[in-house]
Amino acid sequence: MALDSQVPSGPMSEKWDKHKFDLKVVSPANKRKFHIIVVGTGLAGGSAAASFAELGYKVTAFCYQDSPRRAHSIAAQGGINAAKNYQNDNDSVYRLFYDTVKGGDFRSREANVYRLAQLSENIIDQCVAQGVPFARDYGGELANRSFGGALVSRTFYARGQTGQQLLLGCYQALARQIGLGAVEMHGRSEMLDLVVVDGHAKGIIVRDMVTGEIKSYAADAVVLATGGYGNVFYLSTNAMGCNVTAAYRAYKKGAFFANPCYTQIHPTCIPVHGDYQSKLTLMSESLRNDGRIWVPKKKGETRSPNDIPEDERDYYLERKYPSYGNLAPRDIASRSAKEVCDEGRGVGETGMGVYLDFSDAINRLGEDTIRARYGNLFHMYEKITDENPYQVPMRIFPAPHYTMGGLWVDYNLMSNLPGLFVIGEANFSDHGANRLGASALMQGLADGYFVIPYTIGHYLAGVTPGEVKADHGEFKKSEEDVKQRVHKLLSIDGKRTVDDFHRQLGRLMWEECGMARNEEGLKKALEEIPKIRDEFWENVKVVGENEELNQCLERAGRVVDFLEFAELMCEDALDRDESCGGHFREEHQTEEGEALRNDDNYTHVSAWEFTEVGKKPNLHKEPLEFEEVPLAQRSYK
Amino acid sequence: MNLTLYVWRQKNAGDKGRMDKYEAKDISPDMSFLEMLDVVNEDLEREGKDPIAFDHDCREGICGTCSLNVNGVAHGPEKGTTVCQLHMRNFKDGDKIYIEPWRAKAFPVVKDLIVDRSAFDRIMQAGGFVSVGTGGAPDANAIPISKEAAEDAFDAAACIGCGACVAACKNASAMLFVAAKVSHLANLPQGKVEAKRRVVNMINQMDLEGFGNCTNYYECQAACPKEISVKFIAQMNREYFRSLRYKEK
Ligand SMILES: Cc1cc2nc3c(=O)[nH]c(=O)nc-3n(C[C@H](O)[C@H](O)[C@H](O)COP(=O)(O)OP(=O)(O)OC[C@H]3O[C@@H](n4cnc5c(N)ncnc54)[C@H](O)[C@@H]3O)c2cc1C
Ligand code: SF4
Ligand code: FES
Repeated sequence: MALDSQVPSGPMSEKWDKHKFDLKVVSPANKRKFHIIVVGTGLAGGSAAASFAELGYKVTAFCYQDSPRRAHSIAAQGGINAAKNYQNDNDSVYRLFYDTVKGGDFRSREANVYRLAQLSENIIDQCVAQGVPFARDYGGELANRSFGGALVSRTFYARGQTGQQLLLGCYQALARQIGLGAVEMHGRSEMLDLVVVDGHAKGIIVRDMVTGEIKSYAADAVVLATGGYGNVFYLSTNAMGCNVTAAYRAYKKGAFFANPCYTQIHPTCIPVHGDYQSKLTLMSESLRNDGRIWVPKKKGETRSPNDIPEDERDYYLERKYPSYGNLAPRDIASRSAKEVCDEGRGVGETGMGVYLDFSDAINRLGEDTIRARYGNLFHMYEKITDENPYQVPMRIFPAPHYTMGGLWVDYNLMSNLPGLFVIGEANFSDHGANRLGASALMQGLADGYFVIPYTIGHYLAGVTPGEVKADHGEFKKSEEDVKQRVHKLLSIDGKRTVDDFHRQLGRLMWEECGMARNEEGLKKALEEIPKIRDEFWENVKVVGENEELNQCLERAGRVVDFLEFAELMCEDALDRDESCGGHFREEHQTEEGEALRNDDNYTHVSAWEFTEVGKKPNLHKEPLEFEEVPLAQRSYK
Repeated sequence: MNLTLYVWRQKNAGDKGRMDKYEAKDISPDMSFLEMLDVVNEDLEREGKDPIAFDHDCREGICGTCSLNVNGVAHGPEKGTTVCQLHMRNFKDGDKIYIEPWRAKAFPVVKDLIVDRSAFDRIMQAGGFVSVGTGGAPDANAIPISKEAAEDAFDAAACIGCGACVAACKNASAMLFVAAKVSHLANLPQGKVEAKRRVVNMINQMDLEGFGNCTNYYECQAACPKEISVKFIAQMNREYFRSLRYKEK
């Protein structure tokens, strides 16, 4: 099948304006006849749901938390990019566009990225109008900081809680619409299937997580904004409930999954410390503004960090990348950390850690300034590790954090299934093979506030409202499938817990499909995953029943999907026989150990079509063209 | 270390509920409180018993989902800490730990340690926002906001909506939560425009939901994991009286 990205013609800077004009518009009187389902109310889904309702559409929204205010967007710490050039440091839409395309290692769609950079400015305006308390200077203007992969200061922030403040802004807009009766909100509700009628997405199947009721919801369009799948690794910086279920079930119903192997391993997280550990904690990238990363020059160093003299330290990022230094992009910083640890120069009990040292910054700026900038992060670090980072360097290590892959969408953010739109981290579009810091919040809000409110109208203008109802046969069939799966899970009554399987899968994925990958390892994983899955279906123990709040059942359902999805990730990683961004195939590196792309064969998006569980999916390719930013090897030296 | 837990078990909203006893064995001081419960739960699951249901998600102290009363204290003994960030090094071998849900009329128990906090959402829906639609916002730097005002707004906006303030208050009052939102928005020029309506509507909804009155015990501030200050309650009261005067005109 030919994948049509629907990218408009014309000069890059005019595409979006031209396209907006070409989009069909639904008249105000007709808008209320159309019903839109929004699954997920984080930054992407929350902003979309509120904006749809403001336009007059009828909206039903779902999230698995008890309240939309708790979506995992809340955990974003560092900030959000925008090409405002308030610092007069020569930033521009074009520079943000350029940095993002380059940061993504030339594997994103240029036109989408350009639009994102354009819309970045509106986002900041919108959020300020909502009352988001961004950091300010004494003159009353907005403050900025720097993030990885950029030489300008364009990151807006609200202490170390930017995601929280942005999400509260968006939640408030959504709450207003709920209060007005324009959005019907269902918390503690999990989408377990997508319903497709005559090729169009027409609704979803949802389990009420309190009563266990499995119910159909029909609409004229479905928007998925269900976040990323980092929890396929078991340990990640994601919240415990983050899952691939909604996206994966849509994939099984015919939506293509694009670039699933593009995962981001974030360089600065608190290292793993025990088997019982349930999640990993991020230490924001913003710390790299003032912290210096180093390891001892000597292998097997036993002295405490403060006793190691300056000339016996290796500030390896500053050494290897003199111009970007500690602000090298994430994929590069993570791989460098792995490299020095593999050499035996890692620190901490496990040897899987590097230092992030603030002593220079504290000497230069004083402890108070550092506390004002990062106080909450230092506090969190101390709570978890019982060490005081004002006195001893932090120990950090890379951890799974963000997933650039996701459901395939065109320029309108619609998947290959008409009527199914995908926004935020759940789609694949803007970050290529590596996302730059502070650009996920930007993308989620651009999608939700400023793109989809226009593009969905274009689709709706071509369909009859209310055509399909929830009593349609396809709904009944999907409901039955979901019920059967639940019933099966509850009746296995084996010996191993759900988490036990999830941990096993996570370890395998981290080893073979994590920071570095190779053919042999991926093939091994492709043999192992089906075995774990088979054992799961024979030997898992899911206690309780469906007709109650059952957290064990919830987790089991998510692990079922991870167990299938992991195979898709490995297939993609194996198929992409090149290194790019976060996808590092050991077979393909430069002499200096940098990712080596193969532009002749892989300048495309890999979009996978489901066939059967355990069978190889079909590959569809969307060729990528680089009109504006010429393909080049990334250099951060 | 080994611990004895006494945990509130309640099958659903209709069930009466009771305290059950569990042993938590080989607990590492580096575990978080919730990881300790994970260990107990995994053992229960292996035995085919219903694990203890508790709310949690981010486990980073920011989403406000976790909500446990530990030895009678909302979020447990460590100041300024959510229970997901509470580490077992705060306990010692042989300790007895009592774990209960938030107790408040407006927060009915859903199951075991999980309560229904949708009353907070409804208070927000009544007025906890700035009525601006998407699009049409002026340039973000068009209205300068002093650093002090922005910081003040932020101090209030840091509330994570966990409900510990209600759980800690002997009147089960939601004043700190409501005051935090009212003050966050009232401290910013963007929020001032409808400040009077907002405070009235939010307080009315708070009363409708069955939260108690504030009689200045300040237990809320002591329990709040984000250390939201009671000075915001005073600010809300001022806002409220100002709005009454406004109405009479
Ligand atoms: C610790 C951390 C720090 C970060 N810091 C930054 C940063 O500083 N800057 C930046 O730009 N980005 C950052 N990111 C990335 C960024 O926060 C996320 O990519 C972004 O917030 C995702 O938003 P979203 O709306 O797509 O998804 P989410 O906010 O994850 O929302 C997902 C929604 O989908 C719902 N959902 C999921 N599955 C289902 C289902 N099956 N049924 C029903 N509902 C479902 C959830 O309930 C939720 O409402 C960070 C990420 C993490 C983990
Ligand atoms: S005021 Fe504090 S205790 Fe109350 S909901 Fe907000 S964060 Fe929780
Ligand atoms: S689980 Fe998110 S605050 Fe505790």
